[in-house]
Amino acid sequence: MKWEQWEGFRGEDWQEHIDVRGFIQQNYTFYSGDESFLTGPTGRTAGLLKKLRALQEKEREKGGVLDVDVSTVSSLVSYAPGYLDKENELIVGLQTDAPLKRGVNPFGGIRMARGACEAYGYRLSDKIEQEFQYRTTHNDGVFRVYTDEMRAARKMGVITGLPDAYGRGRIIGDYRRVALYGVDRLIGEKRKDKARVGQGEMNTESIRLSEELYQQIAFLEKLKEMAMLYGVDISVPAGTAREAAQWLYFAYLGAIKEQNGAAMSLGRVSTFLDIYLERDMARGLLDEAGAQEIVDQLVMKLRMARHLRTPEYNELFGGDPMWITESVGGMGENGVPLVTKNSYRFLHTLYNLGAAPEPNLTVLWAAGLPEAWKRYCARVSIETDSIQYENDDLMRPVYGDDYAIACCVSAMKVGKQMQFFGARCNLPKLLLLALNGGYDTMTGMRLGPQMEPLAGETLCWDEVKARFDLYLEWLCHLYVNTMNVIHYMHDKYAYEKTQMALHDTEVERFMAFGVAGLSVLADSFSAVRYAAVRPVRDEEGHIVEFDTSGDFPTFGNDDDRVDGMAAAALEQVIGELRRTPTYRGAVHTLSALTITSNVVYGKKTASTPDGRRRGEPFAPGANPMHNREKNGALASLSSVAKLPYSACRDGISNTFSIVPEALGREPEERVKNLTSILDGYFASMAHHINVNVMNREKLVEAYEDPSKYPNLTIRVSGYAVNFHKLSKEQQREVISRTFHTAV
Amino acid sequence: MSAVGRLHSVQTMGTLDGPGVRFVAFLQGCPLRCCYCHNPDTWEAEAGESVTPEQLLERALRYRAYFGPEGGVTLSGGEPLMQAEFAREFFDLCRQNGLHTALDTSGCRLDRAAGELLAVTDLVLLDIKMTSEQQYRARTGGSLAESMGFLRRCEEQKIPVWIRHVVVPGLNDTGEDAQRLAGLLRGFRCIDRVEFLPFRKLCLEKYHRMEIPFPLENVPECTENRCRALQKQAGL
Repeated sequence: MKWEQWEGFRGEDWQEHIDVRGFIQQNYTFYSGDESFLTGPTGRTAGLLKKLRALQEKEREKGGVLDVDVSTVSSLVSYAPGYLDKENELIVGLQTDAPLKRGVNPFGGIRMARGACEAYGYRLSDKIEQEFQYRTTHNDGVFRVYTDEMRAARKMGVITGLPDAYGRGRIIGDYRRVALYGVDRLIGEKRKDKARVGQGEMNTESIRLSEELYQQIAFLEKLKEMAMLYGVDISVPAGTAREAAQWLYFAYLGAIKEQNGAAMSLGRVSTFLDIYLERDMARGLLDEAGAQEIVDQLVMKLRMARHLRTPEYNELFGGDPMWITESVGGMGENGVPLVTKNSYRFLHTLYNLGAAPEPNLTVLWAAGLPEAWKRYCARVSIETDSIQYENDDLMRPVYGDDYAIACCVSAMKVGKQMQFFGARCNLPKLLLLALNGGYDTMTGMRLGPQMEPLAGETLCWDEVKARFDLYLEWLCHLYVNTMNVIHYMHDKYAYEKTQMALHDTEVERFMAFGVAGLSVLADSFSAVRYAAVRPVRDEEGHIVEFDTSGDFPTFGNDDDRVDGMAAAALEQVIGELRRTPTYRGAVHTLSALTITSNVVYGKKTASTPDGRRRGEPFAPGANPMHNREKNGALASLSSVAKLPYSACRDGISNTFSIVPEALGREPEERVKNLTSILDGYFASMAHHINVNVMNREKLVEAYEDPSKYPNLTIRVSGYAVNFHKLSKEQQREVISRTFHTAV
Repeated sequence: MSAVGRLHSVQTMGTLDGPGVRFVAFLQGCPLRCCYCHNPDTWEAEAGESVTPEQLLERALRYRAYFGPEGGVTLSGGEPLMQAEFAREFFDLCRQNGLHTALDTSGCRLDRAAGELLAVTDLVLLDIKMTSEQQYRARTGGSLAESMGFLRRCEEQKIPVWIRHVVVPGLNDTGEDAQRLAGLLRGFRCIDRVEFLPFRKLCLEKYHRMEIPFPLENVPECTENRCRALQKQAGL
């Protein structure tokens, strides 16, 4: 069917099949110029922003949660429409019936919902409690099947952060499909798919898929209903830029009403929307201020998204994040950059609306991007500390040119691939467990193969490595099995109907495992290998401390001896994981990413041979340990760049903090130099970097007097946070990190 | 047979010693004893790690991808002129590999070896420490005349120069001091840039660790703004 909404768009194929990429490739306008065309916020935007800021202020005053609707279960149509300021909102739609009011989502687990309400002085209504007495949640399902060993591993903290009590997230619906095709077309396609599945053999796989398709269709219907509550008919394609932004926002809104996933990313929408903006501008419907206004208001809505979390959750994922990750830039497979004017407009929201952690703006960097764009990104980094970079030249050959980042560093083809989020295992803790023969000195628990603690006055490298290998093999098997249980139950009891409706029916799945404490492990290996590590034992012979003497190379100094150990550890972990099959045939992937959980992981881990003290935080993600770098920042970047992406396809996160003076004397030099550094880092095949350009003193001031910089945004492992939303402990850890300075 | 250098340390991400992003190698040994010296640990000529020009090149090349269109390598110290032969061989190799070379020096030596080093140097960062012969002697133990001679040689060989000048409160921070420097530099076409650098005391800890007195322990630090103002005043 030909829609008048498509008038002026080129190409036919994308009209016949669901193919957003094809539409983008045939219609977008590459922009190679600079940022001089950008405009400030309109009066309407400024007025809305003022209202939003007042609400955010109240939210802070109330300890982080403005209000909770304790008697409604969050879903697409369970709340009346809500507005910030109906007259002035170009893009409408809220998660509940009032701005910043949080809904409850007990599908992941009723205990979590209850606990989250109580943590902020609310009580989950009897109505919901009763209703869920007779319902199985994801959490119920998981704990029915967990083995004793799985529970023990979870309790001990050798595997933690498991998505077994809340939505797993990390799934990106292709929200653009709603704008381009309208919901009715998507329903039609899903009906055809369902009929096709029914014609084949009915077995476990196909019956499950068939039921999922039923749910997808039902929720697409609800999505239309939700939009109609706001008086908008999204059954047909969007006809203007404002409509396109509104349609895709509704799709995203439906997803976050249905799911409280840890990371609910947006995808890659800026260049898609640019096509509509360009068309409207050519038709004389919009000027630049009007185009920016649409983007500003869309982004403002994203900044209002909230989920209700427990304090324990915040320990792992500090700062109340949503990971509304939007991937900007990158190159097409044909070598033409995907940078448009709208790529600029998205970054420019950091000025029009002020620096903020959400959406999690992620620049896909490629050597071939236009210089003006690279410089602009560097400038925004220096001025706002709010963006992260990922290597498009590394990912494009694997994922094509229409992938997006979920959460922090997880790449997937939009609408074609999804992942089962797999938390992470604690490698230093595993090493200690191995050395002590399956005994954990922190909890007094026994787990894994049982044997005597490693004997000897001084640790012998070969023996240590053999022990580690043995326990890693055991852990990886347990880890895959645990994830299989979690994701089976999540599919069964908390399936992402809205988001999966915005995927192809035949979707490719990843199971994304993770490691924490990589640099601690590598440095500990290096200490054992190159220095003398004498274990200190308690009365029972368990190793509780280490007395390390002599020099040893540490990760972060571009020393192949230890960098190679870190790289080999990743290869080894993914190799071991692959030996146990995954649920639904998902492809095993691995990440070195911790979010802020490096603090709590460290807390649960006794002293390590590298000299790290008991309880001391790990470095975040793939970062070198704090203050062990001797050769300057490039050596540190170079060490991280050596970690093999092929082994670590779910991402390798590096957080880089530097004082402004160390980037150059003049502001223009700093921009140029940061551009060179990013070019060099990514040419070295590194995967990801967060950039913070600031002085430690500023953080110390903010730590001591939060009112001084209320909106201070910083990048941590894979995302940005408002510094004040971190716990004091997490704040201290950020301050203690290496800040690269000038000599 | 290549000369063996004595290396103090490297800074893989130098952004203040020459244009762009640079690999900066600090060499051992310095004949001066500037009262505000930041690196007393580089004075000793025999200390540090031995390194051949090839080895140092190999280390620098690891970061080539980061250098961008303007960056490269910088030899600093210590006083790299004290190891002029090693420095020349290193720069020669750098040039063969297409790396931009910068020499951070006080210009205290102008013999044949120094001349040969200049021949493979793309940029000189020349530190004019004090603006009168008497003060230069008193505060550094060296000679202003030698620095100026070095500058003239750069002019003759058409090597671009960035002049650097550390401003120390109470020592050389008046308008007259700045004017005098402007006078010294007048007429040199090789000078691309003049940088007034504020005196800082980040090195204090080093002095304490080495148990040597820091002559300027009680002198306050200078600010970037003060430097900019002075520089402007002197029309530099």
